[in-house]
Amino acid sequence: MTTHRTHLMLCAGTGCVSNGSFELKTALEAEIASHDLQNEVSVVMTGCNGFCAQGPVMVVQPDNVFYQLLGQDDVAELVEEHFLKGRPVERLMYTPPAEKTPVPTMSEIGFFEKQRLIALRNRGLIDPEKIDEAIARGAYKGLAKALTSMSNGDIIAEVKAAGLRGRGGGGFPTGVKWERTAEQAEPQKFIVCNADEGDPGAFMDRSIIESDPHSVIEGMAIGARAIGASRGFIYIRNEYPLAVERMELALDQAREYGLLGDDILGSGFAFDISILRGAGAFVCGEETSLMRSLEGLPPEPRVRPPFPSESGIQGKPTNINNVETWATVPEIIHRGADWFSSIGTEKSKGTKVFALVGKVKNTGLVEVPMGITLREIIFDIGGGMENDKEFKAVQTGGPSGGCLPASLLDLPIDYERLAEAGSIMGSGGMIVLDEDNCMVDVARYFLEFLRDESCGKCTACREGVDAMYTIVSRICAGEGRDSDLDLLEDLAAAVRDGSLCALGGTAPNPVLSTLKHFRDEYEAHIHEKRCPAGVCRALITYTIDPEACKACMLCVKNCPQEAISGEPKQPQTIDQELCIQCGVCKDVCKFGAVVVT
Amino acid sequence: MAKLRPEDLDKIADRMKKAMSLREGGGRAKVTVHMGTCGIAAGARKIMSTVMACVDESDASDVIVTASGCAGLCSHEPMLTVEIAGEAPVKYIDLDEEKVRRVFAEHVLGGSIVVEHALAVGSERTP
Repeated sequence: MTTHRTHLMLCAGTGCVSNGSFELKTALEAEIASHDLQNEVSVVMTGCNGFCAQGPVMVVQPDNVFYQLLGQDDVAELVEEHFLKGRPVERLMYTPPAEKTPVPTMSEIGFFEKQRLIALRNRGLIDPEKIDEAIARGAYKGLAKALTSMSNGDIIAEVKAAGLRGRGGGGFPTGVKWERTAEQAEPQKFIVCNADEGDPGAFMDRSIIESDPHSVIEGMAIGARAIGASRGFIYIRNEYPLAVERMELALDQAREYGLLGDDILGSGFAFDISILRGAGAFVCGEETSLMRSLEGLPPEPRVRPPFPSESGIQGKPTNINNVETWATVPEIIHRGADWFSSIGTEKSKGTKVFALVGKVKNTGLVEVPMGITLREIIFDIGGGMENDKEFKAVQTGGPSGGCLPASLLDLPIDYERLAEAGSIMGSGGMIVLDEDNCMVDVARYFLEFLRDESCGKCTACREGVDAMYTIVSRICAGEGRDSDLDLLEDLAAAVRDGSLCALGGTAPNPVLSTLKHFRDEYEAHIHEKRCPAGVCRALITYTIDPEACKACMLCVKNCPQEAISGEPKQPQTIDQELCIQCGVCKDVCKFGAVVVT
Repeated sequence: MAKLRPEDLDKIADRMKKAMSLREGGGRAKVTVHMGTCGIAAGARKIMSTVMACVDESDASDVIVTASGCAGLCSHEPMLTVEIAGEAPVKYIDLDEEKVRRVFAEHVLGGSIVVEHALAVGSERTP
């Protein structure tokens, strides 16, 4: 094996791939070869680096220089200047939003500085398609320890002592779940990795599998040993082709090394994993639906008890955990419960991965210790609000979660505190909203999603969510009635209480949390027929401020309705009969003369 | 591929250590070859490949090799700088393959400066 002096860690997460990182790899390798540097500099494709907003991104090691927004045009300069002559190209480095000068190294970038990586410990550091690189970073050491020096009971005790809780959203103590499955008399047991990540804007699980599939395999093997299972399944949505491909490759490599199969690491323990691909229904994230889908049946939840730990797949005891939970397990076994439980808050230990999206400057994937505040995530890691607009709310927990207002920005994040505030941890979606987002419209969006995704088994969820959607849509359309808010609250209680699974049980959260924190916006829509954020089309009017209008005619040229007219060199006016509130005039106006009321 | 035993994990990790420690940024010693236009013209590419060959042959996993720009002393190119963690950097001048091999063996691995080829200890002052 030849040793290269420089490794270019080029991100091959889904975000960067769609921004052309594979084309960039080809161009880089060609340019490197043209300088005859192919034996000195190698390009390594890694999993998601996390800083998706700046993709394609690349970290140069050992220099630790971070490059962003790379294009084919940059390749020639980059190779000659930095990789041949050792002069890092400042032009391509990251410039923090508040600064004027670029910062060269990753450790100086606020986005990375406050993060603490456990589940994402190998992101950007290994090629996810090479098992040796994962092993060099400590993969399978936890499994080796579990198999050689721990009893099944020891493993469960360690996970319980660590205080690990389900990262898929529920927050149920993982060790307790394992124990209940392990206790069952039935000898045949199954374990499942839930990779059916379906929240809009969430991509934590996808990234973990894409950047470090072995962390999940190792976690599952440890869990299987503790529980006494010989078969495992990874239930993953087919919309994640890259994750499926890398996981398949990783499973093959693990089998080849005897890390799966009969007699794992010479210990006599036998365990193997199969991938099952789902069709991307949101309800399959619910464990009883997921199991039915695994068995080839329509994904409908069923009543619990019996819990999957008692009667799951084919009626056998089954333990289901989410991707991030499984990926965290090996580190707990390897480093010990004391280490893990020293991070986080009293009841929520360790770290959590969030997909930080919406109106923040630095969107991407972040892993932070429990107990960090929303403000630190959004303003320190996220770099603050995009275009310096005013923060309005942050939506956590996806469609089952809620919206938290600015007054809760200093809330330390853990399972209990988020629930008390009317939201949930969820699987870790975090959507930041600004002054231009209408909270009624946000609630309408999530209801529309849930209305589509409700499996239809429970009447309360199927009909109730649809009725709530109809009411909120009516409010957005300016046809809200005085009684609507009370009706929404009544329906919310009925949907919550009358649904079997968490989809229906939490479906009212987006409405209830916005009603709690942003009731004034609902009232403005209903009583004043006004959308304060200027979003709901039926309730807004576009006008041109004659003082500010410079008669540049840009809006006139761009209006699809030809609704704008006026004398040449005079302020223009909008014909309200023709206007469809599309907002194009406001977008194109360079003088801020188009006003929304 | 043979099935692994627990102790094999460490063997794989050792085998990969050289590549991985590079990515983790921690090295005991750093060798910087000055690759400005002048350096390249004077043969810095050969110096670089010699340094890399030395690293490969030595099994050292804690040596980082990197390129840098012109060191400002074009008449004495090719040059390289050796930095041992915690010690002041040392610049070597007028190098050829044989001198590089000696610097690598005696200074990078052995820890003692090769006085005959060294220009100076320390760096220029920067603001």
